[in-house]
Parts: sequence; structure tokens; C-alpha cells
Amino acid sequence: MDILNALVALANYVLVPAVAYGSQLALGALGVTLIYGILRFSNFAHGDTMAFGTMATILFTWWFQSMGISFGPLPTALLALPFGIAVSALFLLGTDRVVYRFYRKQKAAPVILVIVSLGVMFVMNGVVRFIIGTDDQRFADGARFIISAGDFKEMTGLEEGLAIRVSQGITLVTAIIVVALLFYFLNKTRTGKSMRAFSDNEDLALLSGINPERVVMVTWIIVAALATIAGVLYGLDKSFKPFTYFQLLLPIFASAIVGGLGNPIGAIAGGFIIAFSEVTVTYAFKKVLGHLLPDSLAPDGLVQLLSTDYKFAVSFVILIIVLLFRPTGLFKGKSV
Amino acid sequence: MKHSMRAPALTVVVAILIIGTGFFQSWNSALGILNMGIISAIMALGVNLQWGFAGLFNVGIMGFVALGGLATVLIATPATKDAWQAGGIGIIAALILGAMTIIATIYANKNLPKGKYRILGVSSILVIGFFVFRAVFDPAVSSIEAINPAVTGNIGGLNLPVLLAWPAGGVLAAGVAWLIGKTALGLRSDYLAIATLGIAEIVIAVMKNEDWLARGVKNVIGIPRPVAYEVDLQVNAGFIEGAAKLGLDPVTASTLYVKLSYSILFTAVLVLLLVLAQLALHSPWGRMMRSIRDNEVAAEAMGKNVTKRHLQIFVLGSAICGIAGAMMVTLDSQLTPSSYQPLRFTFLIWVMVIVGGSGNNYGAVLGGFLIWFLWVQVEPAGNFIMETITSGMSDGDLKSHLIASAAHMRLMTMGIVLLLVLRFSPRGLVPET
Repeated sequence: MDILNALVALANYVLVPAVAYGSQLALGALGVTLIYGILRFSNFAHGDTMAFGTMATILFTWWFQSMGISFGPLPTALLALPFGIAVSALFLLGTDRVVYRFYRKQKAAPVILVIVSLGVMFVMNGVVRFIIGTDDQRFADGARFIISAGDFKEMTGLEEGLAIRVSQGITLVTAIIVVALLFYFLNKTRTGKSMRAFSDNEDLALLSGINPERVVMVTWIIVAALATIAGVLYGLDKSFKPFTYFQLLLPIFASAIVGGLGNPIGAIAGGFIIAFSEVTVTYAFKKVLGHLLPDSLAPDGLVQLLSTDYKFAVSFVILIIVLLFRPTGLFKGKSV
Repeated sequence: MKHSMRAPALTVVVAILIIGTGFFQSWNSALGILNMGIISAIMALGVNLQWGFAGLFNVGIMGFVALGGLATVLIATPATKDAWQAGGIGIIAALILGAMTIIATIYANKNLPKGKYRILGVSSILVIGFFVFRAVFDPAVSSIEAINPAVTGNIGGLNLPVLLAWPAGGVLAAGVAWLIGKTALGLRSDYLAIATLGIAEIVIAVMKNEDWLARGVKNVIGIPRPVAYEVDLQVNAGFIEGAAKLGLDPVTASTLYVKLSYSILFTAVLVLLLVLAQLALHSPWGRMMRSIRDNEVAAEAMGKNVTKRHLQIFVLGSAICGIAGAMMVTLDSQLTPSSYQPLRFTFLIWVMVIVGGSGNNYGAVLGGFLIWFLWVQVEPAGNFIMETITSGMSDGDLKSHLIASAAHMRLMTMGIVLLLVLRFSPRGLVPET
């Protein structure tokens, strides 16, 4: 019996990856939830928006790398990030101008906007594949580990190692900063307050002189920033592949819905709930239990609840369970 | 153009496109487009039933199509006797245990006093049930998958005629749709959309991982055919003579013959479903559906049971997608679970319905043909355009990149077509009358 080793193994394989993944999901879900709250539709193009922003950032990263610019131990992508955000913000504002504005003026039913977003998804997906191709792109550079498994073992003398990658550390720190900025913006600034007013009651907000086009514009810019940051963090942590980003749509939607669509705090909570359940349910607990139980009771099998390929299924099962008991999510979401 | 002329005009356009393919490329590819076009049209009919008639936003079409495909394996392939002996009873017992757990959970949820006892009771039934299920299920699965895994490794099917798999695919899809509908149809449109999207992913995940059922990613190949085999035709003296009379060599003639046989079978199914869909649309039932779609509250006030009707049409539409899925696997004579991707099997079908005209059965069918034609032809067309554009450029990275990326023009074209139709002809090319 060895509680410390078990804890470290658990942290290494479950806690650290789930925290990083949860932060990425939370940032993605915040974008979905903002669009739902203010533009009032579920944006199916969000996964591809993330892919687009990440692609823009990767292109800047490569350019910086070719000029010999680096960020020391941190990945160069962080320097390229603002430029990537700017490009994707312009792209989203352009999309809004060309596509969405027409339907907004018409006051089209939300479900029509969802179908329109399917069209945008196809186009964005095509654009990304057209520019960068369908292959895996790795763009992480700088140091790889904050602490590696070997160093950790040496430091503590434990049998199990704990590795924390730079990308995981950056993900958490960036996510905290971004979320803090977002909540400051929504709760303290004039524009943020007008966005919330618009989201709560459109008619009342219009009566009090809020300019709806400005609110929409600011929303798209924030969404571009959130999507690009989430996408880049995910890409640094794993790797960039357009199709994977498209597949992220499901866990991101699940996060936003579990928390309650239109509710930013819900989106963050949902992101972590989904990430932790995905990782725990598909993790083989053999090692952890091996440390906790006496040898005679040590498990034979992997003690894995579900095979790793059921990851997507997990996020969905949680979604259904939550919706069955709380039809608008854990934190009260909107229902247009 | 007058409304009544739109459907015939688009039919002519689609016919010209397909016949043109025959003249300019090959009759083989023309028939290929026709066959998959018919299957796409059937899927579009199913989606149109849900969305066009009733306004249900189902983005889980891929799941039902895949279930139809699974049905062909379960119906038409021969049973693996050893596997049945090794683990058949275990699998069946495990599935019964699983079903019992769920029934017990529902019963407990209804009958236990509200509060901590109910939460405790329900969750303990679920947890214990899960582990009991796994304890029976896992050994059965591994003993089945151990039987000759290079060739089978699954329990096989019932060895019945493959044509029976088509209705069976519909029934399987309908059964799953009923389960989903029972849980998810109470949700409002966006929530329903995400729910169906997720269920489709689960269906695919199960098909990819449960090797005992249909070999998972190892694919099932050589599913029996309802039509003749090329090799048999090529040694048939009468057939060779007939082909020679038409001025065709036996190999080409045999592939055309096989494809044409499929076209005839598929057309029969399409016509049957189209007639049924038209009858449904113009029946009191169809009018009720559309009135529910247009104003749920009013329909409810008139005493219509909206949830029940929604469930009904959700099951029917999904069943049609299941039939199409079974037909597709029959055409390919193989089941490849990893080929099911939402872009191709869910969102593309949506493009077909919206572009064709939701609420109009002819529109959906024609949209199916038109979009499928584009899906097949955009790639060669894109290559041609790119080669032309870049012909003046010197060889280099940019040129090769541009030519290589022409392959991705497909998705972009589909998106642009969808957006243009939504903008300038929001009710589709053949609008609802």
C-alpha cells in the first residue's frame, strides 16, 4: 500500500491531462455559449473557427521561426497568437457581414441560422484544408517539460514520476488569464454590460439605446479570440489536424450544454466536467490500484471502465444524463 | 419560372448531367453516380420527412445509415458457428442483463421515494448492473474474437438473402430511433440537434470497437450480392455473345450489367418510397404534421399530441435512412465503419435537402442527385481548373501546393452552394407548394 505513489500516478495520467483538456474545452465552450447568448444560435462552425484561427497562428509561427524569432523556453506560437486572433477576427467579421447579417436583419428563425452555420462550416473547413492541407502539423517549440518524470522521481524518490509539459502549464495559465479578462470585461466595462443586457433581453436593450451591430461585432471579435486561443492551446498540447478540430465540436457543445447554453460560468464548469469524465472513464486504473491495494488484491485486468475509443461517447452520455434531469443544464441556461 | 415547372426542369438538368457524364467520361462512372445518387436521394427523403414535414432537426443521420449497414452484416453473412458456441450464450446473457439493469433503474426511479433513497438506489443499481454486465460480457467477447480473427472474429449473421437486409436495416434504425426519440424528443431544437449528433457518434464508436458484432475497423468484406457477379458473366457464353452484339468487350459489359441491375433494384425502392412519401404528404396525416411544424402551440390546442407525432415521424424518417444505409453497404459489398463521417453522411445529406427544397419530396430527391453529382465531379473539375490556372506558372512549391489542394475544393463548393441557395432561394430549388 502506497498512497503517495498512487496519488502521483493519478495526477500524472488523470489530473494534469484532464485539467489541460478541460481548460481547452472551457475556452471553446465559452465561444459557443457567447454566440448562443447574443446571436441566439448554435454555431456548428465553431470547431472549424478554432481550426482557422490555429492555422493562422501556425502560419505566423512558421514565419517568425524562419526569421529566427523565438520566445525562449516558451513556444513561439504565443508570440504569433495575437496575429492569429486578428486574422480570424477579420475573417469572422467578414463572414458576419457576408452571411449572417442578412438573416439577422430578416429575423430568421434560430434553426435557419444553425443551417447557415453548417454552410459556413463547410466553407471554413474547405478554406483550412485548402491552405494548410489535411496532415498533422506540429508547431510546438521551446522547452518540452516544466518537470519531467525522471526529474520528479529524483527529487522525491518516489517510484512513480510526474511529468508536466510546458503546453499543459501554458494552457492552464492562459485559460485563467483569458477567463479573468472575459469576466472583467462582461461585468465591469460598458460594452460588456451592454452585451449582457442584450443577451438577457434584446428588446429592452434596444430601447435603452444599445447599438446591436456593435454588440454583434464585439461578440465576434471575442469569439475569434477565444476560439483561436483554445485551438492553439489544443494544438500545442496535442497536434494540429483540421479533422480533429471538427471532431472537437461534440465535446465542446456537450460542455456548453451541460453547463447551460448561454451561461459563461456554466461553460467553464461544463468543460471541466466533460474533460474529467472522459479521462477518468477511459483511464486504466491498474497502476493506481496496484499501489493502493495489497499485492494479493492487485487487479489482473486493466481496470478500465471503457475503451479509449469511447471518449466521444462519454461526453454525450453525460450530456443526456444532465439534460434528463435539468433540461437547461446545470447552471440555468437560456432557452430561446 | 413557374412553381409547377421547377421540378420537371430540374429533373431534366439532373438527367442531362448524368447522361453527359456517360458520353464525356464513361458509362461506368455515369451508372456509379446514378446508383449512389439514388441512395442519396433516399436518405434525403428520410431527412425531408423529419425536417420538411415536421421541422425536426436531426443531425444524427450518419448513425442511422450506419445501423442500416450493420443490418446487412447481421442478415446476410453466414454465421460463425465456433464463435456462437464459444460466446454466443454469454453475449445474449450479457445483453439481457444489461436490459434488465436499465428496466430496474427506470422502475426504481419511478417507485422509490424522492430524495436520497432514490439517488442511492438508482445509482447503485446502475453501478452494480454495469459491473455484472461487464463480468459476463467481456469473457464472451474475447472468446468470440479469438476465433479465427484473421477471417472472422465475429459472430456473423443469419445467412439470409441480402435483399431482406434492406427492410431489416430500416427496422434496426427505427428501433434505435424510437429509443432516442423517447429520451431526446422532449428537448428543444438546438438541444435535440446536439443530442442526435452525439448519438450518431456513439453508434459509430460501438461499431468500430465491438469486433464481435461486425469486426470493427477490420471491416466486413464480401457481403453477398443480390445481383450477378462479373466473373460469372464473363464466362457465360450467352452473355459474351450478347455483349459482342452491342459492340462491347465482356469485361466492360459485365460491369455495366451489374451496375445496371443495381440501378433497377434501387430505382424500384426509390419509386416505392417516393410514392409513399407523396401519399403521406397529401394525406390528413401529412397536413397535421405540417400544421404541427408551422405552429406547435396551435396544433396542441387543437388536441394533437405533438410529442407522439414527433416520435412517429422521427422513427419513420430514420428508418428510411437505415434502408438507404443497408442498400449502400449492399452496393459496396463491404462494411467499413471508419468510413462513416458526419461531413459526408450527415451534413452532406442536409445540403441535399436544403438545396433541393425542404418540404417537397421531389425537391429532396432531385437535390440528392444534384449534390451527389457535384460531390463526385467537383474534384476532377477542380483539378482541371487548377491545372489550367497554374499552367503558366513555373514549377515550384506554390504550383504543386495549388494543384494538391484542388482536392479540398469539394467541401468549399458544397458550403458555397448551400449558402447561395439559402440566401437567394431560401426554400430550395423546388420549393414546397
